[in-house]
Amino acid sequence: MKIVLQNLTKRYPNRNKKIKEDVIAVNNFSFEIPDGQLIGLLGPSGCGKSTTLNMICGLEKPTSGKIFFGDDDVTDLPPENRGVGMVFQSYALYPHLTVLQNIMFPMENLKGKDKMTKEAMRARAEEAARMVQIDQLLERKPSELSGGQQQRVAIARALVKVPRVLLLDEPLSNLDARLRLQTREEIRRIQRETGVTTVFVTHDQEEAMSISDLIVVMEAGVVQQIAKPQLVYEDPINLFVAKFLGTPPINVFEGEVKGGVVYIGEDAVMKAEPDSSWKEGAPGAAPGVALKDGRVTIGIRPEGFDPEKDGELRCGLTAVEVMGRDTSIVATNAHAANGSIRTIVSTEELSEVSGETVNFRIKPSRIYLFDHETGARVRCRFTPLR
Amino acid sequence: MDKNNSKAWLYLLPAMIFLGVFMIYPLFDVIIYSVEEGYNFASQTYFGIGDYNFAYVLRDTYFLQALKNTFILVIITVPLSTGIALLISVGINSITKLRDFYQTVFFLPYVTNTLAVGLVFMILFKKTPYSDGFVNLLITSLGGTAVDFIDGPYWAKMFVMCFYTVWVVLPFKILILTSALASVNPDYYKAARVDGTSKLRIFTRITLPMISPMIFYLVITGFIGAFKAYSDVVAIFGTNLNAAGMNTIVGYVYDMLYGDSGGYPSFAAAAALILFAIVLTITCINLLISDKNTHYA
Repeated sequence: MKIVLQNLTKRYPNRNKKIKEDVIAVNNFSFEIPDGQLIGLLGPSGCGKSTTLNMICGLEKPTSGKIFFGDDDVTDLPPENRGVGMVFQSYALYPHLTVLQNIMFPMENLKGKDKMTKEAMRARAEEAARMVQIDQLLERKPSELSGGQQQRVAIARALVKVPRVLLLDEPLSNLDARLRLQTREEIRRIQRETGVTTVFVTHDQEEAMSISDLIVVMEAGVVQQIAKPQLVYEDPINLFVAKFLGTPPINVFEGEVKGGVVYIGEDAVMKAEPDSSWKEGAPGAAPGVALKDGRVTIGIRPEGFDPEKDGELRCGLTAVEVMGRDTSIVATNAHAANGSIRTIVSTEELSEVSGETVNFRIKPSRIYLFDHETGARVRCRFTPLR
Repeated sequence: MDKNNSKAWLYLLPAMIFLGVFMIYPLFDVIIYSVEEGYNFASQTYFGIGDYNFAYVLRDTYFLQALKNTFILVIITVPLSTGIALLISVGINSITKLRDFYQTVFFLPYVTNTLAVGLVFMILFKKTPYSDGFVNLLITSLGGTAVDFIDGPYWAKMFVMCFYTVWVVLPFKILILTSALASVNPDYYKAARVDGTSKLRIFTRITLPMISPMIFYLVITGFIGAFKAYSDVVAIFGTNLNAAGMNTIVGYVYDMLYGDSGGYPSFAAAAALILFAIVLTITCINLLISDKNTHYA
């Protein structure tokens, strides 16, 4: 079932009654979620991702805009008539009921022609439990289960009515690091097996990157970018998206473009020329602004630095940190956003690094220019200076 | 280990002394009194040891009347007040406007003195040479015949008594239940809504089990409180409760000690122990039932 969001907007009256202006939780969100896909709504807390989820679920009514499931307009339908299954961040398992009773609970609400016999309900519940591999635990109470098991029960309860859409609110945030890895694979598997269109909310980029088919990055109620996970990382639409995705985060510099050359302070680091295949505002073109001389914000991914004796970017060396598989160089540069940068390099390159200073060559594929004022991506092609 | 132990006992000592002096010693004293037959207060002598005091009390019509009154009071007011408190709490919890206002209104009786409330009840119900009382005015204006609620038929007096008791215990129960209701995780209700659970089913299958520990707490303390009713009865019917036929067990104990028929500590002790046994039994039954039906998170 595809989900269509049309100009979805949600406003709240401000909690501080002195302020008349409404709080805009979600602003003009339009998006078509393709059938059978796993979508991650990603953003910092307070960006409106949970509100969006609640509106899809039907727990909150949009101020304006429409929601379609397939061709049905469900905007004014209550949650129970939408055919959604929801997994809450707290799981919301009824603590006084056993696992089986919890999973059967949604079916017991069915009335009229949908009414099921006890045996049919039990069979369906057992099937759902097998799907999430908790069929050994049916007689336990939720308090006797681990966090991961509770999560599975919650998913089974959401799936038991065979919903058209499955919604997960911060599904992994209550689990420890190891379980998180395991459970996100599990969610992926269950989603694949059932083929149900799934939307989940997270503030953890790694979570979103690892299992989503598509990522929706949100900030302050506005959708920033919707793309495949790798694309969001490799081709960020603006400075916010570039900064939000990636660990360690992207290194941000204040710089300048002069005559087709990108400068960080005194150091010329890269040649830049306008992208001939891209035209601002053209239909189908990626959003952004054209290259022009003047101040720019420069983003360089941590893996975009090669330490070299005659590298263009001159920095002071702070520390070399070897952490298992990764080696990172922490260095200082007066033009970096907070004075220091962090890079990830391969161990062979380390021989170049010693003493007080370190110089880097920048990889053209890992550098991005952003408009100094708006943070919009500057569309251009890079070539190394040498 | 030893040192720690003695330290622990030292810290417990103040509480143990008070408990010992004011709880344990009197309890044993009462037991001793209750078996001393023909105890004379003035000469501090008695004839012998035996169960005569219990036999006397259990044959005393005043005691039987008090026993009956107390049981009626308990059986009517505990379920009624808990039920009404639950209704009001659910009501308060489901409104957003004026919630604080209603919460305050319903809590007011709690901070009001029992005797003052009793006085108001007298004005509402009592017949005087000058007026029939407010309630009787209401009844006659609706075409009924006036009833003397304070000195009239037994059922009328019992009605006032129960009405008063329910009124007095409501605020505390409402307070406990509203906070219990407010502490239920709202995600449960959201999850239930997504599943299309009806309001009634949400209440019976989710809300009630979630607040069941508090309900049972209120029932148990309600039983104990109602069994010990005394000051409320005095507030309405005055001190001569035996004459009014509205005595309670605690009232009987008091009368045996200090009332007109006073000076019989042995009978009082026997009656007090009977009450103790009743309350203990009922509480144990309550706990047995609640263990099976209550969900503790």
